[in-house]
Amino acid sequence: MNKVGGESMEILGIPDPWVWGAYISCILVTILCIVYGILNWNKGDEDEEDQIKEELEWEKAEQEMEEKELGF
Amino acid sequence: MDVLLLSIIVLAYIIIIGYTGYVAWKRTKTAEDFMVAGRTTHPYIMAMSYGATFISTAAIVGFGGMAGVYGMGLLWLTVLNILVGIFIAFVFFGKKTRKMGHNLKALTFPELLSRRFDSKFIQYFSGLVIFLGMPLYAAAVLIGMARFVETTLNIDYSIALVGLALIVALYVIFGGIKGVMYTDAVQGTIMFFGMLFLLFGIYYLLGGVTEANQALTNMSNLVPQAAAATGATGWTSIPSFGSPFWWTLVSTLILGVGIGVLSQPQLIVRFMTVKSNKELNRAVLIGGVFIALMTGTAFIVGALSNVYFYQQTGQIAIAAALGNADKIVPLFIATAMPLWFAYIFMITLISAAMSTLSAQFHVQGTALGRDVYETLSKKTGGASTVVIARGGIVIAVILAVILGFTLPANIVAVGTALWFSLTAGAFLSMYVCAVYWKRATTTGVIAGMLGGTIVSVFWLLFVYKKSAVALGLCNFLFGKATLITGMPWNVIDPIVLGLPIAAIITVAVTLLTKPMAKEHIDKCFEGM
Repeated sequence: MNKVGGESMEILGIPDPWVWGAYISCILVTILCIVYGILNWNKGDEDEEDQIKEELEWEKAEQEMEEKELGF
Repeated sequence: MDVLLLSIIVLAYIIIIGYTGYVAWKRTKTAEDFMVAGRTTHPYIMAMSYGATFISTAAIVGFGGMAGVYGMGLLWLTVLNILVGIFIAFVFFGKKTRKMGHNLKALTFPELLSRRFDSKFIQYFSGLVIFLGMPLYAAAVLIGMARFVETTLNIDYSIALVGLALIVALYVIFGGIKGVMYTDAVQGTIMFFGMLFLLFGIYYLLGGVTEANQALTNMSNLVPQAAAATGATGWTSIPSFGSPFWWTLVSTLILGVGIGVLSQPQLIVRFMTVKSNKELNRAVLIGGVFIALMTGTAFIVGALSNVYFYQQTGQIAIAAALGNADKIVPLFIATAMPLWFAYIFMITLISAAMSTLSAQFHVQGTALGRDVYETLSKKTGGASTVVIARGGIVIAVILAVILGFTLPANIVAVGTALWFSLTAGAFLSMYVCAVYWKRATTTGVIAGMLGGTIVSVFWLLFVYKKSAVALGLCNFLFGKATLITGMPWNVIDPIVLGLPIAAIITVAVTLLTKPMAKEHIDKCFEGM
């Protein structure tokens, strides 16, 4: 698993593809998040007013719980 | 210790955090204000505050130190942190959880599960698992913080541990929970730039990316004999497949935390506090970059610190840290980085750990008060719940401190990983079914939860060597370190068994039982 063929290829000074693979994958999944974020930057707000209203009710209930049950 | 420099930095930090806290407090006196202000809040603030809760001293000190021992293969955990902890969590779980939490008016994670499957048992059982299991994680965060202070200020570990625990307890008791979003964002920003400085710093010190990595590759012959005998092959190559070193790296450090993040109660509740799907979409970008830099830097620095220590002292990192991996990152920062940086980094880590810890203690308090006590006594609110919930917090803090004293060295990452594994075994199958499988039945998910919990807890206490030895119950009851001996059982993480067993039981029992009432399912999934 550690060596590929006789001469293993080194990337960024790392010989094991399982390790440089991780190094490169970190960058790739970060790019995935960036691209997803950019493509959807303004999406998901179709019913934002309702979502916010719902969230407000939830926040109020949570605050009430904290005051009643934790005394904070 | 440079007292003057330290005082200036602490003072400046308190002023910045105090001012942000004041601004936040002025803007958001009630939940309503919070929401109104929140509508114009930049997603940056949202994502940074997620990040500061997600990443704590456990990640940077504990897992950074583990990278010093296990090498850069640990970067697979960064991949999972971003892919599972941010992308999958936000995109595939966040939106659904948020909607379902609102549909069912659930305020805690156990409450969400309990209402989705219409079972009080789920609520108090999960509350109990959280209350009893989480001290391990809280202790890990506390120890990580204390190790950093110990090394940076050169003071005794016990003093650091007790002092920090007292500060955290005061912070929690005096309402450190509210209005933390802005201060979290400031901490997140300082941490972000701190880690960026560290990443550039180490590659600059060691002469460039390829050069530094190559130098680490060239050190593979310096792997200690004991480690080599258990499968270690160097810091830039994966340990021998199936060896104890491989199992610890892959099953505990990478899978345990990488997958277990999906079932973290304190993070799941965060989804319900996001105000719209748009925020979640935007937070994917910022959160992804943040987590990549935080954990990626910690693991790269941990691994490369071997090169630095070898060049400076002729020792590898774990030897320079006197055998305690939890000290590798603090020691590297204290010796290789400028003093002002070490101080700023320490203060930021302390405050990040405080917000993580206060969230943990808070979750434990509500788990005992609301999920266990109220569910069993059928009372809502009232003085007795406050007493129980606060009592729960006090017990949780005391437990964390006791564990901080009794747990052995090299424990920060393992302690964190085991808590993540435990939650994955107990809750993950049920949580996935809750938001994705309408057919899942109450009996099915309860059977899965019990199966997963029993297997995970049994494994953790009696088979998995690192935790069984550290917690000592097996030795106390049976007079031996672990019940099952022989490879590879002692080094396989509980998640490898607990999670699949829970999933299989859940599915099997569900298929043998009647589906839940359609009206109930419709109510849960309304608008999803």
